[in-house]
Amino acid sequence: MSRSVAVGSPRASGHGAASTASGGGRLRQRRRRRFAGIAVLLVVLVVSCVLSVVIGAKTIPLSDVWSGLFTPTGTENDLIIRELRVPRTVVGVLAGAALGLAGALMQGHTRNPIADPGILGITQGAALAVVLAVYTFGVTTLLGFIWFGFAGALLGALAVFAIGSLGRGGPTPVALALAGAAISHLLQAITSALVISDQQTMDTYRFWKVGSVSISDPAVIPQVLPFLAVGIVLALANASSLNALSLGDDVARSLGHRVEWARRAGIAGIAILVGGTVAICGPIGFVGLIVPHVARFFTGADYRWLLPFAGLLGASLVLLADVLGRIVARPSEVQVGVMLAMVGAPLFIALVRRRKLVRL
Amino acid sequence: MTRVLDSSEKTARAVAGRRPIRLGPFSGVLRWQPLVALLGGLVVLLAFFVLNLGLGEYQISPVEVLNTLLGGGDRAQQIIVVELRLPRSLTGLLVGAALGLAGAIMQALARNPLASPDMLGITWGAGTAATAVIVLGGTAGSIAGALANYGLPLVALAGGLVTGIAVYVLAYRRGVDSFRLVLVGVGVSALAGNATYWLLTVGDVNDASRALIWLTGSLNARGWEHVIPVAIALVVLIPLTLIGTHVLGALQFDDDTVRGLGVRRDLSRGALLLASVVLASIATAAAGPIQFVALATPQIALRVARTSRPPLLTSAVLGGALVVGSDVISRTAFGGMELPVGIITAVLGAPYLIYLLVRRYREVRA
Repeated sequence: MSRSVAVGSPRASGHGAASTASGGGRLRQRRRRRFAGIAVLLVVLVVSCVLSVVIGAKTIPLSDVWSGLFTPTGTENDLIIRELRVPRTVVGVLAGAALGLAGALMQGHTRNPIADPGILGITQGAALAVVLAVYTFGVTTLLGFIWFGFAGALLGALAVFAIGSLGRGGPTPVALALAGAAISHLLQAITSALVISDQQTMDTYRFWKVGSVSISDPAVIPQVLPFLAVGIVLALANASSLNALSLGDDVARSLGHRVEWARRAGIAGIAILVGGTVAICGPIGFVGLIVPHVARFFTGADYRWLLPFAGLLGASLVLLADVLGRIVARPSEVQVGVMLAMVGAPLFIALVRRRKLVRL
Repeated sequence: MTRVLDSSEKTARAVAGRRPIRLGPFSGVLRWQPLVALLGGLVVLLAFFVLNLGLGEYQISPVEVLNTLLGGGDRAQQIIVVELRLPRSLTGLLVGAALGLAGAIMQALARNPLASPDMLGITWGAGTAATAVIVLGGTAGSIAGALANYGLPLVALAGGLVTGIAVYVLAYRRGVDSFRLVLVGVGVSALAGNATYWLLTVGDVNDASRALIWLTGSLNARGWEHVIPVAIALVVLIPLTLIGTHVLGALQFDDDTVRGLGVRRDLSRGALLLASVVLASIATAAAGPIQFVALATPQIALRVARTSRPPLLTSAVLGGALVVGSDVISRTAFGGMELPVGIITAVLGAPYLIYLLVRRYREVRA
């Protein structure tokens, strides 16, 4: 179900790109390469999904995995597959795709190559809301605080963009980054104050904070799915405007783009995608930061290709990191947020060192 | 504070009505605004300091505080002011000054307001090391007490230094591009931050709470053993960095211009960065990574002094004032409960930075 969302939409956008591209050998060649890239990424994603279902704390033979998926009889292995691993895989795909897309959108709209949910106040907004929910209402289940997290993320993003766009010429990268830093620190401080004064809150917060796709209640998935779907559609619909915006607001306007609306749609997309993900999984960093850079390496600056690439790449990255986290610390596990930092940070640094990063 | 422009006489005279001041190879132009900002900051700092010594469960008036500091006062006042409150307040003052100075050097060097020790991962590196000691030391039992009391600052210092050097080495590629430095710093701090939060999930919830208090930045129970290292670092590094301002003036131009001005770019940049890393690490070792000071005070000082880059001394003074002022609030405003000072610095500093952002844009608009 989730896979069809992540996979179906890029195809649609791919056709859009194909129809607008004019002839010429080089263009055709490049297009072929991009299609090949999408195909490779799809294969990687499928392999990652299989690994995510097959590998875990308990070793389950492949035949049991198969029967657990398609002819369940209610054995312990069937339950592990159906109740734990499949939901976890679905959440991983959703979260990865959403964060990858959101990262690409964010870097495009802020023209800041290090834009990341953590820098723009979204994560901290969600964290404060979750902590408030635990602290004031004693909510401790994911199903209970997910909406708090969502609302907090939206409010955090809204505050940062509102403050960042007070200036002439709208949200400039530096203004956004400074506003983000200010809001993030403020929210983080209030969160710490609450957490320090209450041990129960601390205990819930510290496990949410590291970021994990291992959710306790699969019923969360259908609740967030519609929102993430809206976010993904908004993101992909934003692609051609982003292409124009990368030439500068004035040029975009003269090309007939409604700059303000494109920006609002993009920001709404970012907030919904990140908010939804942060609420379920906690603050998973690095996907949004690193995936667009890797994607850009293959696709160039065309957002109609960059966005689907980023979505697919993000989904695979989160799944693989999660699988790795289950392998390295057997029989326990290292949460995916931590694994992503361990894998993503060196990759990111290598990328920064290897070539001159695009200054957007 | 004087603003060093350029060693060439021509440039200095080019600003109408401003007389250049010379001292050996150094020259500058005297401007009033930065000087007023510095002196004003000092007054505010002293006021907060005296207030912090006097307020508390046992109230002492500012006059009596000054009297006690000069050797007067009764036995009780002597104990409370000199033995209990003075080291704590001094730690706050010096830590704030060190963080402000560290942030100002880095932001001026990188020409980027986000390049503060917090953003480059130095305070996070110190935090990871300290958290490891608090959380893992707890499971090791008896080592915990000894390490937490004496080893913690050392461990944090080592963590900060190692992280700072790692960031520099990783960002070095035929010279250090400031943009690359910030990006590498973002990567490293994310790594250290995640490691820290993971460590918080490993240990006992009590240890995790203690670690989080430390990670927020706290001045609780700080004594002379915390004051002295930070004081030594400041005494050594302030003069060195002030000499460095001469170079900072040149380093704010692009690399080709810097080379043209005859500044040994990598050497001076490396030395100044190292100074900044040492200051931030020692400050973090003494009081935990007090948030926002290194990031915000240089930006505040920049706008108050109206200079082209963060003024070093004013940033240090305002950093001290911010931390001591926040300590006054954290000690007195919440009844019996004492919040870690880092919470107050963030709650105070963030809206002020927002206000400055908004105000600047209003001016641009008008």
